[in-house]
Amino acid sequence: MLSIKNLHASVEDKEILKGINLEIKAGEVHAIMGPNGAGKSTLSSIIAGNENYEVSEGEIFLEGEDISELAPEERAHKGVFLSFQYPVEIPGVSVTNFIKTAINEKRKANGQEEMPANEMLKLIREKSELLEMDRKFLSRSLNEGFSGGEKKRNEIFQMAMLEPKIAILDETDSGLDIDALRIVANGVNKLKNENNAVLVITHYQRLLDYIIPDFVHVLMDGKIVKSGGKELAYELEEKGYDWIKAELEV
Amino acid sequence: MELKEKLISSFMAFEEQIDVTSQLHDVRTSAIKNFENKGFPTKKEEAWKYTSLNSILKNDYSVFPKHENAIEFAEVKKYFLHEIDTYKVIFVDGKFSSFLSATTHDGIDVCLMSSALTKPKYKMIIDEYFNKIASKDESLTSLNTAFANEGAYINIPKSKVVEKPIEIIYFSTGKEDALMVQPRNLVIVGENAHVQIIERHQSLNENPVLTNAVTEIFAQKRAIVDYYKIQNDLQSANLIDNTYISQKQESRVSVHTFSFGGNITRNNLNFYHFGERIDSTLKGITIIGDKQHVDHYTLVNHATPNCESHQNYKTILADNSTGVFNGKIFVEKEAQKTDAFQQNNNILIGDKATINAKPQLEIFADDVKCSHGCTIGQLDESAMFYMQQRGIPKKEAKALLMYAFSNEVIESIKIPELKQRITKIIAMKLGVNLGFDL
Repeated sequence: MLSIKNLHASVEDKEILKGINLEIKAGEVHAIMGPNGAGKSTLSSIIAGNENYEVSEGEIFLEGEDISELAPEERAHKGVFLSFQYPVEIPGVSVTNFIKTAINEKRKANGQEEMPANEMLKLIREKSELLEMDRKFLSRSLNEGFSGGEKKRNEIFQMAMLEPKIAILDETDSGLDIDALRIVANGVNKLKNENNAVLVITHYQRLLDYIIPDFVHVLMDGKIVKSGGKELAYELEEKGYDWIKAELEV
Repeated sequence: MELKEKLISSFMAFEEQIDVTSQLHDVRTSAIKNFENKGFPTKKEEAWKYTSLNSILKNDYSVFPKHENAIEFAEVKKYFLHEIDTYKVIFVDGKFSSFLSATTHDGIDVCLMSSALTKPKYKMIIDEYFNKIASKDESLTSLNTAFANEGAYINIPKSKVVEKPIEIIYFSTGKEDALMVQPRNLVIVGENAHVQIIERHQSLNENPVLTNAVTEIFAQKRAIVDYYKIQNDLQSANLIDNTYISQKQESRVSVHTFSFGGNITRNNLNFYHFGERIDSTLKGITIIGDKQHVDHYTLVNHATPNCESHQNYKTILADNSTGVFNGKIFVEKEAQKTDAFQQNNNILIGDKATINAKPQLEIFADDVKCSHGCTIGQLDESAMFYMQQRGIPKKEAKALLMYAFSNEVIESIKIPELKQRITKIIAMKLGVNLGFDL
């Protein structure tokens, strides 16, 4: 589904990613863990096409197609979704209107007609129930005055609406209480199927109790230094990252 | 002949052709003298430091249109708030158009300045209000006063709530090669009365127009006035808009200025307080590009205790456009417990756009709450990325962000149809169709 080959990237001449290789197949859940400043958020931003980073080497493929040169919106149209750690507030534009615009832009880009209003409403109702969102919430201005939990729930709601092929969850667990975490994780799990994939970026193992990864990768200093199964997450939680550093030095 | 000389020599001819009382004649004569002494303002004056009128004074404007020009309603329908019923006071090339207007004398007066100035039954009111709050010192206001003859006259008696908005529109047809018009509006809103007014200046072709307008608004005790100015004119149109507002105790006056067009636009907006617990609101959205220039020069004169003023101006400048915001808040010694707030946010798109922003607070009372904030920035890149990530292309994402930026001001428009209209104009200015009414 998503294939990253020898990805190097820098911002303002500082190299942040130093050769990332990652293969995510359809139906899989991968987690990337790592200490602060390892480059986790940079990686997710670059996959989504953030132009503030300079990709000096390497490629990103989505279903075999090189998307490295595409604009963020083009990647989105092809099925890349990034749940932001800090979603942006847009006063005056309601949750409903924003997602309508997003959906119809995607359809337009893929040569489809706009979604009929009744179909849109039905979909919005269905997906907002999945995320246990209040109806009133949908008419509020996007993210304006939302609590941390509401913002994240809204991110996953948008993901549910857009049905991406690869969903990247960047620190989705930060700022969530346990109930919100359960709702968000539950939403992700229900959306997960054989034809899409999920990449969870997280500092802590907590979220991985709910979204169970098939593979766990450790990102340190711009490289994936260790990969394993879900048990690796527990090991990291227990022992921290220093032992990996020590292992690497040996 | 220089425009100044032309205007001064036209004055005599003008005075002869109209029938005015001797009192009014004196007002005009001293006004033209003041203009003659001071002339058009130049950049040497502090108040005009960032706005030069030189380029627009060169045109050979006709000061009195040679003939009456008619226009069809269908031609100009789109400039009206046609979705709802309104009173209309409409002028074409400075002359009243009875055909396009819908005036009234039924319980309220929504009619013409020219009749108010000449008919005996209005004499007492004219004596009491005309040119009483407008500056006698400022040269362009004096110029307008000297030639004041036509405009809207609105008098809302005590406790009357006007059930539909009043539209004042000045059209210029462009049938003159270059036209100068000097509308003069007088709005008197009685105790506990409420009125909503929309004012617009619109040229219909590319011939240059210079409008030097003066509006005097008197809000009596507990009166509520919502005034909206739509400035979305062609690139050939220039507007100097002078508004003077006198507020009595507990009155609430708001003026929204939407500046989306024109060549050079200068808004002089002045609030004066005469009583306690007055509320003044000044809001504006400016979205311009090319070489357009918009200058907001505001004054709130807090002279009495326990009054509030709220200012919020949002500016988006693209291309080579220039903007000015000079917001003066004057708090006199007696004006204790004043609560004055001023906010001015500016976004520059394009490397050559310029904003000159100057908050100017002069506070002589010691127990007041005055705050001001001014920001100048670019579009938030992380917000752009967020929207693009959701599949919204750059252009639409930009538009949404700019809309969001102006939203605080849009939200405070009290006429829903006008709010929709302004939103549409903004979407049009930003060149997008978002598929929903924002």
